[in-house]
Amino acid sequence: MSLRTPPLGPTHAEAGATLTEFGGWEMPVEFDSIRTEHEAVREAAGKFDVSHMGEIVVSGPDAAELLDRLTTNDVTALEPGDAQYAAITDEDGHMIDDTVIYRRPEGDYLFVPNAGHDEDAHERWETHRDAWELEATVENETESYAMIAVQGPDASDVLEDATDAAVDDISRFSAAYRDVVGVDALVARTGYTGEDGFELLFDADDAEAVWTALDCQPCGLGSRDTLRLEAGFLLSGQDFNVESNPRNPYEAGIGFVVDLETEFVGRDALARVNEAGVDERIAGLTLLDRGVARHGYEVAVDGTPVGEVTSGTMSPTLGEAIALAYLPVEYTEPGTEVDVLVRGNEKRAEVTGLPFYSR
Amino acid sequence: MSFEIPNDCRYMETHEWARRDGDTVRVGITDFAQDELGDVVFVELPSVGDDVEHEAEFGVVESIKAVSDIYAPVSGTVTAVNEALFDAPELVNEDPFGDGWMIDIELSDEGELDVLLAPEEYESQIA
Repeated sequence: MSLRTPPLGPTHAEAGATLTEFGGWEMPVEFDSIRTEHEAVREAAGKFDVSHMGEIVVSGPDAAELLDRLTTNDVTALEPGDAQYAAITDEDGHMIDDTVIYRRPEGDYLFVPNAGHDEDAHERWETHRDAWELEATVENETESYAMIAVQGPDASDVLEDATDAAVDDISRFSAAYRDVVGVDALVARTGYTGEDGFELLFDADDAEAVWTALDCQPCGLGSRDTLRLEAGFLLSGQDFNVESNPRNPYEAGIGFVVDLETEFVGRDALARVNEAGVDERIAGLTLLDRGVARHGYEVAVDGTPVGEVTSGTMSPTLGEAIALAYLPVEYTEPGTEVDVLVRGNEKRAEVTGLPFYSR
Repeated sequence: MSFEIPNDCRYMETHEWARRDGDTVRVGITDFAQDELGDVVFVELPSVGDDVEHEAEFGVVESIKAVSDIYAPVSGTVTAVNEALFDAPELVNEDPFGDGWMIDIELSDEGELDVLLAPEEYESQIA
């Protein structure tokens, strides 16, 4: 299968970025160094090409109902210009993906599935629309959109240098149209780094003009991953995976996206989980011994396996090795000591409250 | 991009360098290797007195994004370990052929050095 390339592919290659495969796309992993890019976002600002994220537009009289019945949160609460984080669950309440749903200023909806999930999401929406006989149009616009994130304490200054109007009045989890160097862009105050910042959605043909106009550090998926992990954000497919590691939102620590008052696929299963409580929950780990915990490493207590690391890295901001792992709830209290098996050697680790870092 | 490939070293296909000084061989990873790895955050090395074996793994170098085994260019006993790397693993990025060295090995078989790559051979390998 050939890789999908973002509209900025040639620009990144010319900039000397190291490329990697992610979710079926060929994306920049590093422009300078992960540490340099990471620090720029924590201390100033960085820009990310996230055009591998999907864009599905849902419109028509039953658009809200269709979205509401396929995601865990209350979509009917969204006013034009609002954004909402939600999970997409199956009948068992297991997460297929997580997503942000934007109600665009003109009233219709655009949601952003993760890289490689757009085609499945599109099909899922159409199938259920037909089964439920709802009146809604579902369009997969992934190929025609570019998405660029500007993140960091200086993000609004960087963006305002390229726009016709202020952006600071756009509040967190809101979105509005702005003219960005002549390009009509939906500017949302959302992100995946734990910093203030914006995500811009606009016509793929204008990607180069917008990217070039944002005067800050270009960042790749490498620093995007270290930043999101410090902020305790989940990576779809890695921290939960409906096939290899099925998890519900309560286990994944995002129970706040579940509104049991709404009717959606997986609702009844999640109501039962909510009633009974979970056996395992995601926990943050900080290594006390020297070493780095990585995806797939075993977590043990007194030599008995109790879980597995889903994500792990050396935190550039904290200077410590951090990780996420699902553990039996009795081990998830911050301060609890466990061991992580790093290449067969037990390394002591301590359960740490999430997020690891907050601004 | 061009990488530093000092003439006083010999090289392995797995990107380690070996620099002989009398009966001692100093070992590290190359400029190319550190660039491929990116920010080095952790180095696991043997202890002084341990024996290492030609072409066998003797340690691990980890960057933020990757884990990589390091292989011994020659067999012998470890006579020194660069403990500075435990607190400052970034030295591997900053000065791979100098302060970023990893271990010294007491040479036991000179012939093992001969099978390593000459600088120009290594250069064409990474070209």
